Amino acid sequence: MAERYLMKGNEVIAEAAVRAGCRHYFGYPITPQTEIAHYMAKKMPAIGGVFVQAESEVAAINMVYGAAGAGARVMTSSSSPGISLKQECISYMSCAELPAVIVNIMRCGPGLGGILAAQADYFQAVKGGGHGDYHMVVLAPNSVQELYELTVEAFNIADRYRNIVMILGDGMLGQMMEAVEFFGTENVETTEKPWATTGSKLARERNIITSIDTVPERLEAINNRLQAKYREIKERETRAEAYRCEGADVIITAFGTVSRIVKNVIDDAEKEGIRVGLIRPISLWPFPVDAIRAHIPTPKAFLSVELNAGQMVEDVRLAVNGEKPVHFLGRTGGMAPTQAEIVAKIKEILGGQTS
Amino acid sequence: MKTVFKKPHALTDTPFHFCPGCTHGIIHRLVAEVLDELGIEGDTIGVAPVGCAYNNYEYFNCDVQQAAHGRAPAVATGIKRVHPDKFVFTYQGDGDLAAIGTAEIVHAAARGERITTIFVNNAIYGMTSGQMAPTTLVGQVTTTSPSGRDAETQGYPINVCELLATLDGPAYIERVSSDNVKNINAAKRAIKKAFLVQKAGLGFSIVEVLSTCPTNWGLSPLESMKWLEDNMMPRYPLGVFKGKDLNPEVGR
Repeated sequence: MAERYLMKGNEVIAEAAVRAGCRHYFGYPITPQTEIAHYMAKKMPAIGGVFVQAESEVAAINMVYGAAGAGARVMTSSSSPGISLKQECISYMSCAELPAVIVNIMRCGPGLGGILAAQADYFQAVKGGGHGDYHMVVLAPNSVQELYELTVEAFNIADRYRNIVMILGDGMLGQMMEAVEFFGTENVETTEKPWATTGSKLARERNIITSIDTVPERLEAINNRLQAKYREIKERETRAEAYRCEGADVIITAFGTVSRIVKNVIDDAEKEGIRVGLIRPISLWPFPVDAIRAHIPTPKAFLSVELNAGQMVEDVRLAVNGEKPVHFLGRTGGMAPTQAEIVAKIKEILGGQTS
Repeated sequence: MKTVFKKPHALTDTPFHFCPGCTHGIIHRLVAEVLDELGIEGDTIGVAPVGCAYNNYEYFNCDVQQAAHGRAPAVATGIKRVHPDKFVFTYQGDGDLAAIGTAEIVHAAARGERITTIFVNNAIYGMTSGQMAPTTLVGQVTTTSPSGRDAETQGYPINVCELLATLDGPAYIERVSSDNVKNINAAKRAIKKAFLVQKAGLGFSIVEVLSTCPTNWGLSPLESMKWLEDNMMPRYPLGVFKGKDLNPEVGR
């Protein structure tokens, strides 16, 4: 029988990591994700795992580099400014193809900003906050249950492709308590890592983890290999939820916590005779282009609702490719759009016309 | 015929890329000889720095991870916490360790991470063509202190061993030199002791090796040795700063 608990989002991320076989966590305190570190500090020693409070986010992610290269399932977590500090090593890890899970429980920026929920790190997460041509897989849960399921899956994907997977949540999701149902180990994959630096025992060629190659032909070959991997990830790991899109006058795109507000809007609008659908990207990279394109004939317009000044809307526009109007509604600074604001925006878009 | 001298097994056949007169090659060889003598090559994971030794994985026969500039002690921490039974060492220059990586080395030492750091100090940034390092002496001419390091505007050199010796985490700290045979033999004994300290799980160990950079100092290899003795040694005295009476083969 599945186990069911009432738990806080951040604690569920930590518990999910443990259930996925993660025994190494390296972190540094920052609000609003620190409960992950609290949970790991208690849990890891009790189960033979390792918790290290690093001297900085920079050190924490470099410990992740070392542990991932040594073959461990490993995680770090932080919030926006701390994630900015990790970008150097994220780029190195991407080139060295080191699998790890990085959690960003976003706060609002820019700068030190504020600790309330925002989605303003979308560009940084999906377009590459560090240098060079690389991608993290970016997963955006919208409930505590999904935090559990996607965190476990994040470890699977990371090992499957030797790639970083980021869980992109926000302060609202990290801090909220909801029921969560844990499974057994049936959703946990294990992957052999013959490439890891485990000590050669003089029984194999030495293993080298590196991101530098000064021979241009070889470095281009490395880049080509990475791009081929990214194409494979795009084919296999794109995720989205389409909700009541059939016959919709307007299709809203929204990810994470905002998608929950939008689901309520759909009911509100229906009472007023307006049909609204939702496409919720669950993987932000790879972006669910096909899920959006499949619905292009349906609505009069698309509307991207986000907790930022307009970031994912750019990817929605690229997917729609000018075939329908794409509008944007966003709030920043820790503010969230109300249901009434969204309904008003929909009415404005439709100019009084409904089907 | 009796073999009296050969390449250590822990070194690959790849020729060193180092400039003539640079002592990085000697220090690489000392580390490799120690891995051979302790029989630990197959149980060792090295961490390469950024700088002239960035590609030491081409030379060391053991597993190696290459780290971002200054981050080697954090990377080594991650490796050691996954494989506490393996030997993990970082090999870092003075720009890498004492400037951009100051936080990482201080905190790895403070945590008493059971890792070994080989710290090569030649008082200059070699790889990027001779800029002022945190270890550059006052008055020393570099490409970014062209009139000599001016303490008024560019501050003073950092003595890493003395700094780390104020911490409780390190078990063994020694400064040695690569300028003559006697000192090179002493350097090897120190490196061996550092690995034995790690084997015994006593804490963090670091060996600072004074080294030369003839190319960027603008001196011949021989003049460089003399410059090291006349200028670096007074500022960076050789000796054991922590763990003098430590006998790692029998424990603390």
